[in-house]
Parts: sequence; structure tokens; C-alpha cells
Amino acid sequence: MGYVIIGNCIAAVGAVEGIRRHDTRTPITILSKEPYPAYGRPLIANYLKGKVAESEIALRSPDFYESHGVEVHLGCPATTIRTGQRQVVAEGGMAFPYERLLIATGGDPFLPPIAGLEGPNVHTFVTLDDAKALRQEAPSLRRVVVVGGGLIGLKAAESLHDLGIQVTIVELADRILSLAFDEVAGRLIAHRLSEIGIQIITENTVEEILRQRDGTINGARLKDGNILACDAVVVAIGVRPNIAVVEGTEIQTQRGILVDEYMETNVPGIYAAGDVAEAKDWHFAEWRVVPIWPNAYRQGMVAGQNMAGQRISFSGSIPMNSIAFYGIPTISVGVTNPPDDGSYEVHISLTEEEKSYRKLVFKDGTLVGAVLVGRVERAGILTGLIREKRPAEGFKEALLKEDLSYLDLPRPLRKEKLGLPTEEVPFGVRAG
Amino acid sequence: MSAIQQRKRKRVVPIEEACIGCRLCEVACVTEHSRSKDPVRAFKEENPRPRPRNVLEERGHESFSLSCRHCTEPHCVDACIAGAMVRDSETGRVIHHPEKCVGCWSCVMNCPFGAIHMDRERSVIYKCDLCPERERPACVDACPNRALILIEVEE
Ligand SMILES: Cc1cc2nc3c(=O)[nH]c(=O)nc-3n(C[C@H](O)[C@H](O)[C@H](O)COP(=O)(O)OP(=O)(O)OC[C@H]3O[C@@H](n4cnc5c(N)ncnc54)[C@H](O)[C@@H]3O)c2cc1C
Repeated sequence: MGYVIIGNCIAAVGAVEGIRRHDTRTPITILSKEPYPAYGRPLIANYLKGKVAESEIALRSPDFYESHGVEVHLGCPATTIRTGQRQVVAEGGMAFPYERLLIATGGDPFLPPIAGLEGPNVHTFVTLDDAKALRQEAPSLRRVVVVGGGLIGLKAAESLHDLGIQVTIVELADRILSLAFDEVAGRLIAHRLSEIGIQIITENTVEEILRQRDGTINGARLKDGNILACDAVVVAIGVRPNIAVVEGTEIQTQRGILVDEYMETNVPGIYAAGDVAEAKDWHFAEWRVVPIWPNAYRQGMVAGQNMAGQRISFSGSIPMNSIAFYGIPTISVGVTNPPDDGSYEVHISLTEEEKSYRKLVFKDGTLVGAVLVGRVERAGILTGLIREKRPAEGFKEALLKEDLSYLDLPRPLRKEKLGLPTEEVPFGVRAG
Repeated sequence: MSAIQQRKRKRVVPIEEACIGCRLCEVACVTEHSRSKDPVRAFKEENPRPRPRNVLEERGHESFSLSCRHCTEPHCVDACIAGAMVRDSETGRVIHHPEKCVGCWSCVMNCPFGAIHMDRERSVIYKCDLCPERERPACVDACPNRALILIEVEE
């Protein structure tokens, strides 16, 4: 008996590292649907454009599983959880008993009901195999339509463009990146993408994929009736928590698998973390699926430590994204599109020619969100304040400065954060 | 697998009251991370010139030298999509592998100290590595005022 983890990406890696902080003995078994050691999922975009090789996207060193006492079963998806017997059954029927179980199955790409979707030349962009399939097809592609102007769609578009393929992004909302970024950041990025030759069509969607007699794609018909000539379609309209494995069990789900602040489900001994988990939000008094990398690692780390007998609470998911399309670093953290109820205070500085933008969102005197485009150098100072919910009364304006310095934080605060005694330290006296 | 034990972790602590903003910490850092280990050659000849991994915070009379805190729960590691930033459980150092870095700036976004720096030309980050080849980091040795001191913390 021991620990079993279903899934093998960053939430699983976090859990292994968390478990091994406190328990170096009990065996860990990982069941992985994908046939690869854990890799940097976002890096499939870099792989597609030929910037990194398959051998370079591994998340940890080749001896990671062995050195952490993990028995990993690659290409071995779990099919059922028998909570009564404390067993996970994998494809093929093999049963794995567990004492503590982590579900870290991540997200599954959502496929909308588009006519003509079935057949060749339609791709999703979530796994290394997806990227391999696209890369194999790429030399024969001249034009590709990407459905969805979110982070994943844009990354696919960028990589395909860099391979010399003409790319059109079709987005249902009135702007790209509407979920993760605010309107101005979305506009600055859209402008940059158009500049380099990626076409963006908004408030529209693909209704039908048009195919030739041999089944290959030759176009996409949009909602407004227009037809875009293309040889392939990438569908990237979002991922949904991959909860298939808990269906038929008493494990509670809403959008994702519901977990408490210790990342435990309603069934004692069974935990969930990462893109599959619906966990406490750091700001809003609600449970949310926030499918981003840093959350997945932290949730996995917290779950792992608790599985090993600790009682560590997860401080809440904070939405955050950092992207760098064609030389414009863009970062968004926390509440970036605040509800228009008068309780938020927004400070903005924008110099459009220089493509530089800063927006800070405050609530009750505390920084709760930030969007930075261009100069992002010390963005983390803002993220730290957002995470820790530090009152920013008295230094709000300073935070808007492009050359933000740690010295802009009040002295007692910065000393506390640096782990120094907050009273004056006489010259030469040792701290700590 | 190694057994779990309490360890002492090295940490560089800046003392604001003693810092005069002389930037010798930066010179020492650049020299230590140069090929020649010679300040004149490091600054004048080496291409690319190594950059200081600390930042001298300065506003009027106030200053201090800030570098990676090698946090126990490093947010930069949480955020690294490439596996380039890892925490060494033996030494407690937060180690960056530039050859794995893809320049996504996620760690820059998530470091609460703003202690991770962007090399935009080469699309990689750089930060303090606590001078692994030295007993004490070069900046600590170079500071004429003991405005940078090395402490050991229990974990
Ligand atoms: C192209 C792309 C770019 C991205 N860029 C960013 C970015 O820049 N920043 C960011 O924060 N986030 C980014 N993301 C999101 C980020 O990758 C996810 O948040 C993160 O991977 C979630 O990790 P996870 O471990 O929870 O799940 P996943 O990474 O989804 O991994 C889950 C794993 O479990 C496996 N699995 C599923 N079901 C089973 C089963 N029944 N049995 C066994 N195994 C199973 C899956 O095959 C998968 O390998 C990006 C995602 C994509 C696709």
C-alpha cells in the first residue's frame, strides 16, 4: 500500500515533492495516460516551432522518479476508482491499492459542435502528441484557422506563424485573451499580432469545416457566412476539468473536483490538485477552477504534504499569466476585470506608442489585481502584495511607477518581508 | 532517497542602515560570474558582459542591495513552466538552469522581491546563485560596510 497519483504533469510532480518532504519511505505509484515522463506542457508551443527538442521539455531530471521512490506507469490511464476497496483500476484491469490517492488528471480540450469536425487536419493543442501531429503536418500546410483567441490558441498561432504558415484566429468574444487579460492588454497584443501578420477575427466563430472529397480540409465557414480558405483547423476554445475517472463514485464535483483547503475531497484520503480541482479562490469567497501552472504546482505540493500527514492549508488560487508574444511581455495577476459595482479602485498609466501599460486594481485599500504590458521587470513585487493582501494605503501611486523599487514599500513592510527585525538595526550588528 | 533532517540554509541579508550605495556588490557579482574572474576584463572585454544578479535599490539616501532570497517556498519554482527553476532540497538553494529557460517571465511575475532579472535579448532570466564555488558569496565579501551579511537559518 502507499500513495497513488493519477496523472503525471505539474500537479503530480508537486505532490511527489510535497510527499517526499515528510515521508521518504512509503512507495508512490503514478498512473500516466500520456506515454512520456512529466514535461512542460506549455512548452509544446516551443516544441512545435522547433525551438526546443522533445528531450528538452522534461520537467525534472531523468532520475526524478527513481530518486523520489516513484513507480511510474506510462501510457497507463486509470479507468475507475473503487473507493470502498481503496483501489484504482487501470486500463487493462490491473488494480492499484492506495492508502492515499491524488487525482491530478488536469484538463481535457473542449470540442464544440462544429459541422465537419470529424476527420483529418483537425487538431487540439494540449499534449505533446498534439504538437507532434501538427509538426508532422506543418510542412504541407499553407493556411491554418485557429478557433479560440485565448492563451492556448494564441500560442498555437504564434508557433504556426513562425513556421511560415498563414494563421487566422477566430474568436467568439469581442476581443482576444478576454479571460486572462483586460481590454487594453488584449488590444495591445492583438495589434502586435496583426503587425506581424497573424489575422484576428472577433465576434465570430467557425460553423462548418469544409472538406474536399478525399476528406482533407479546404476551408472553414464562419457564422457570418464568410469562408476562410485553409488546410487545417486548430480548436483551442478551452479545457475542462478531466473528471471522467471519478464518475460513478461519491467524490463530489461541480465544474471540477471539489476540494477543501487541504486539497482533500469529500472522501477522506482522496485528494485532487491542479486543473481538475475546484478549490478556494484567494479573493472571491467562492470555489473555482483556475487552470494555470503555478496553481497546479502549489496545489499539488500542498496536497502531497497533507497526504504525508501534515495539515497545511492552501492559500487560494490566484489567476496569473505571463506571456511574451513577439517582444511584448505581458503579465496579469488577480482581479483584472473588476466587477463594476463601485467597490474597486483602478489606477492606470498608458503610453500606447511605447506599448507600455500598467493597471492596478485596489479594493478596500488593498492591491487585488495588476496588468502590465511592456515594462514588467518587477511585477512580482505587485504579485506579492496581491497574494499577501497587504494594505497599500499611502503607497498606491508608487506602485504605478515603471521603475518600481522595493524601497517604494514602507520600511516596516519591506523589512518584515525580508525577514529582518523591523526596528532599526545598529550598524554592524548581526540580524537574524 | 535521503532521510529528512534539519539543515542550515545560507541567506544573504541586506542591512539598509549600513548601505552607502557604492555598488561594489554589483562589481563583485559581475566579476565572480565572469569567465576571466577579473573585474576590468569582465567589464571591458567580455561579451556578453555578465550582469549583476543583485539589484541596488536606491531612492535618495536610502539604498540596499537585494538579491534572490532562496525562499523555503519559492514562488518562482511554482511558476516555472520549463522546469528550469528548482529548489535543491539538500542545500536549500533555488537554482536556475539557463539552458532550460524559455524566457516566459513567469518567475519574474511571481517573485515577491522582484529579485529575478530579465535578459530580454537572450530570452532568459538571471538571478543570484549564492556563488556555489565560494564559501561566502562575492557580494558579502566585497561589501566594505557589512551592509550585506551572511546568516544561516534553520529549517
Ligand atoms: C499550449 C499550452 C500552453 C500553456 N501555457 C501556460 C502558461 O504559459 N502559463 C500557465 O500558467 N499555464 C499554461 N498552460 C496551462 C498549464 O499547462 C496547466 O495549468 C497545467 O499543465 C496543469 O497541470 P496539471 O498537472 O493539473 O494537469 P495537466 O497538465 O492537464 O496533466 C494531467 C495529466 O493527467 C493525465 N490523465 C488524465 N486522465 C488520466 C487518467 N484517467 N489516468 C492517468 N492519467 C490521466 C493527462 O493525460 C495529463 O498528462 C498552458 C497549457 C497549454 C496546453
